[in-house]
Amino acid sequence: MGASLHYTRTRRARGEHAIRIALLAAAAVSVVTTVLIVLSLVRETITFFGEVPIGDFLFGTKWTPTFAGDQQSFGVIPLITGTLYLSAIALAVAVPLGLLAAIYLSEYAPPRVRRMVKPVLELLAGVPTIVFGYFALTFFTPDVLREALGLDVRQFNALSAGIILGLLVLPTIASVAEDAMSAVPASLREGAFGLGASKLQVSLRIVFPAALSGIVAALILGASRAVGETVIILIAGGQVARLGIDPLQGYQSMAAYIAAQARGDIPTGSIEYGTIFAVGLTLFALTLTLNAISIRLVRRFRQVYE
Amino acid sequence: MTGAQIAARAATQRSVFPRARTGSRVADAVFRAAMYGAIAVGFLALAVLLYEVAHDGAGRLTWDFLTRFPSKVLPETSGIQSAIVGTLYLMALTAVFVVPLGVATAIYLEEYADRDRWYNRLVEVNIQNLAAVPSVVYGILGLAFIVRGPLGMGRVLLAGGITLGLLVLPVVIIVSREAIRAVPPSVREGALALGATQWQTIWKQVLPGSVAGIATGVILALSRAIGETAPLLLIGAAASPRFNPSGLFDSFTALPIQIFVWTQDPDRSFVSAAAGAILVLMLILLLMNSVAIFLRNRYEQKW
Repeated sequence: MGASLHYTRTRRARGEHAIRIALLAAAAVSVVTTVLIVLSLVRETITFFGEVPIGDFLFGTKWTPTFAGDQQSFGVIPLITGTLYLSAIALAVAVPLGLLAAIYLSEYAPPRVRRMVKPVLELLAGVPTIVFGYFALTFFTPDVLREALGLDVRQFNALSAGIILGLLVLPTIASVAEDAMSAVPASLREGAFGLGASKLQVSLRIVFPAALSGIVAALILGASRAVGETVIILIAGGQVARLGIDPLQGYQSMAAYIAAQARGDIPTGSIEYGTIFAVGLTLFALTLTLNAISIRLVRRFRQVYE
Repeated sequence: MTGAQIAARAATQRSVFPRARTGSRVADAVFRAAMYGAIAVGFLALAVLLYEVAHDGAGRLTWDFLTRFPSKVLPETSGIQSAIVGTLYLMALTAVFVVPLGVATAIYLEEYADRDRWYNRLVEVNIQNLAAVPSVVYGILGLAFIVRGPLGMGRVLLAGGITLGLLVLPVVIIVSREAIRAVPPSVREGALALGATQWQTIWKQVLPGSVAGIATGVILALSRAIGETAPLLLIGAAASPRFNPSGLFDSFTALPIQIFVWTQDPDRSFVSAAAGAILVLMLILLLMNSVAIFLRNRYEQKW
């Protein structure tokens, strides 16, 4: 009897151990994914830099990889400025609207209204980006910008793509900023109210500064989404890499270039194939940096109150 | 400046809050108006977007549209059968791939991992970072590693399913962890005290207690996966195929790709077909979200 009990126990222990190992293996898949992403980006990028000097790529101001002969140029600056410009328009829309919405939801809205407004914002966040792209191209550019506002925009333009990109980013900023403000302890608000502060003063001078690092994290998260978004810009923002900041013109972003280029059947190992990876690595590095900053800020902000 | 400092400063400096003047009442009203305006913009954008898509595409929602194959030349007789079938296949493949992997990782991190070990912290930080990687970069991974390169599958359904699976894996892990964490420790302690092993505790107590939360999260992750366009563009989903995929290693398309192709078509009469396909995609998403909300309300465990 004693022997069989012992036997069961070791078998059990062995089974438990095997399960633990299997679970750890599953957890390792996500790490392997990161490694594979970095490896595939870096490997092809190195090949690419064997043919195009890295200085020409990083500092060149002309991006014409599909042109022939002398006209071919691999300066990534126009793609970077295009990405930043489109993201800047998006943030100009999404930051004020998102923060106002967050303050409203966290400080002003009655619970009943909150329960109604939040799902609508979540719904907006759940609309596939292709739908936003369609909306920008077939409605916002022709009907709003051209007809209603009388702007002389191109069919593909930064203004339309940027504003619609802003709508995509808005719920992200609103929800993360609201979480940050809701986490500010009620005692701070009560203290300020006790001193005779108005609701507006409490919201803007107590809650907002107290939640600032979380709010900045929300903005960075929004920026990171805008920078990485592909399809809206691909459809409505134009497919020409261009320097400049004319909102009526079209610009290309890094992500949109990658998708546009990969659609063609480019042969593996060709220089056009290499551009996907070099631009992809640049985009990956940019979003990773933004995310690292935001994680750090959120962590700092959590430590204050928990 | 910490919150306590702010409060202290607020308490010591009287001038921080001057008496409410009529001006401040105006400011209050203006601020309220700005907030209502911001919310209204969000609502309006969603309403106009839905209206426009419905207006452009409702006329296309016929049985023929759903069951015909896309045409490259005839907008009127184009359909989306191959796109719907492709999207459903992708959804199933993504689920098969991501559910075991995501839930296993979540169980490991919540129930087994010792936070002091460097590799466990690495896994956590890594998941946070993966969640922020743009979808187009997952497309590059799919192109370089799965479609070409080491796995060399070609532009097939399975490659799309794996890529989308990797894309939403962090989401599934994060929501599953939250659901598992919501099961109170007393449940585990009770099971362990009765002689259950750790795995028996997890399998018989923790997972049943968190399955509603996990299912909700998985459905939301899948609805994100089937709305993705960029990774599938990179992988090389087919444009307007006149056949359904016959297996995992056949070429495929999906609703977002078909919408993209039609949006790009120089023949503008394809626009209504794109809008029709958008409506179908949004209806599928709405259905999935309703199921998620239903599951959350019906089966969520209150402890």
